[in-house]
Amino acid sequence: MSTTPRLTALDALHRSLGATMTDFAGWDMPLRYGSERDEHNAVRTRAGLFDLSHMGEITVTGPQAVDLLDYALVGNISTVGNGRARYTMICQEDGGILDDLIVYRLGETEYMVVANASNAQTVLDALVARARHDGGFDAEVRDDRDAYALLAVQGPESPGILKQLTDADLDGLKYYAGLPGTVAGVPALIARTGYTGEDGFELFLKPEHAEGVWKALTEAGAGVGLIPCGLSCRDTLRLEAGMPLYGHELTTSLTPFDAGLGRVVKFEKPGDFVGRKALEAAAERAETAPPRKLVGLVAEGRRVPRAGMRVVAGGEVVGEITSGAPSPTLGEPIAMAYVDAAHAAPGTEGVGVDIRGTHEPYRVVALPFYKRQK
Amino acid sequence: MSNPQQLRYSKEHEWLSAVEDGVATIGITEHAANALGDIVFVQLPEVGSTVTATEECGELESTKSVSELYSPVTGEVVEANQDVVDDPSLVNSAPFEGGWLFKVRLTAEQDDLLTADEYTAFTAG
Repeated sequence: MSTTPRLTALDALHRSLGATMTDFAGWDMPLRYGSERDEHNAVRTRAGLFDLSHMGEITVTGPQAVDLLDYALVGNISTVGNGRARYTMICQEDGGILDDLIVYRLGETEYMVVANASNAQTVLDALVARARHDGGFDAEVRDDRDAYALLAVQGPESPGILKQLTDADLDGLKYYAGLPGTVAGVPALIARTGYTGEDGFELFLKPEHAEGVWKALTEAGAGVGLIPCGLSCRDTLRLEAGMPLYGHELTTSLTPFDAGLGRVVKFEKPGDFVGRKALEAAAERAETAPPRKLVGLVAEGRRVPRAGMRVVAGGEVVGEITSGAPSPTLGEPIAMAYVDAAHAAPGTEGVGVDIRGTHEPYRVVALPFYKRQK
Repeated sequence: MSNPQQLRYSKEHEWLSAVEDGVATIGITEHAANALGDIVFVQLPEVGSTVTATEECGELESTKSVSELYSPVTGEVVEANQDVVDDPSLVNSAPFEGGWLFKVRLTAEQDDLLTADEYTAFTAG
């Protein structure tokens, strides 16, 4: 495998904007353009523009596309209407999470699966293998990672900004819906999705159109304070919104039930699906004897918890931090952690985080840390 | 970005002011502040404690990571900048001025620090 990082269609533009770049899942991506706190606050209060072209698009088409997805994924994809999207997961036979996904239904028999960059190849391989199950599904799995650039405009001002550039019916476009349209004169799949806890849109475009659309959005948003935003603030935005990140809250050693996301597993759907048996046992376990639970932690002090640090109570290790950061919105360090059930109730006292040998006091809170006012 | 000529610099990206009455002021460079990103927490050595050249004496925490703070010189800490403890963003906005970190009464000569031009060349590489 090549170690040369992959570049998005907007690479030169990011550099011209003075972005600090970072390697992310094999891609050279903007980490931040200026202050990551300013970028975070722009998305919370105005609007931010992201290049997310590292995300992995996989197209599944054919008469049995939906049957394949119902078999390969834990969600009930048959119930996704045309033009709608669904948050779901793909699991191993043992119930372990391979990735979390968004599935967009683009047509009667056409679906787009969007995987995390770090897992795109794994998801593609799994879908191809699962398409051959039991004589095979009449469906085609296509690697479309290079077919799309992905821009996101997120924040309360994003509808007003996008409206200037499209005739698409944005008011009629609900959260977790997507429709083909034209943005700044070029074709785009316009989806009302995101990973920030704010209203916003994700635009799937041909890579050769990405720069023109980026510039058009920048211009349309200039008057209301839209700024380019990097992956650093995307991480603090999703953390405040209590959204899991693969490799942190989600791993192959956890089932969706362990992650508190058992609701994405649809046992009621007809037919078998990969992981069904193991997940039924995991659901039972979560009900009767929950192992660790995913909780929110808010610092009493100012030192920041980081992934991998131990959560302690009464001198014992009771959990582990999966994500942590200074929260720009709350003004305090926050974290998500897997914590023993006995210490997982919101309001639990006496919990600390071992930060380089010092037990810093934290309080347990319900997730999310931040919820937008609708 | 320009590194003030009157300061001396360490390869750990601290700066040291000219010594006055045996006391020098220490901070981190603009290069270091930019590399760290928004600094959200600063732990400084306590007044009265002894710091040793090139040894860790505190920490700087940014959104993405925590970094050790090193002292470029050996001596006794005579003042810590409470303003940056209260508002760590000062380190980003004014690393060579209001974002200074602590002052040390030197007890040993320190002669392997870099000039501004040498440090600029060091960080360009």
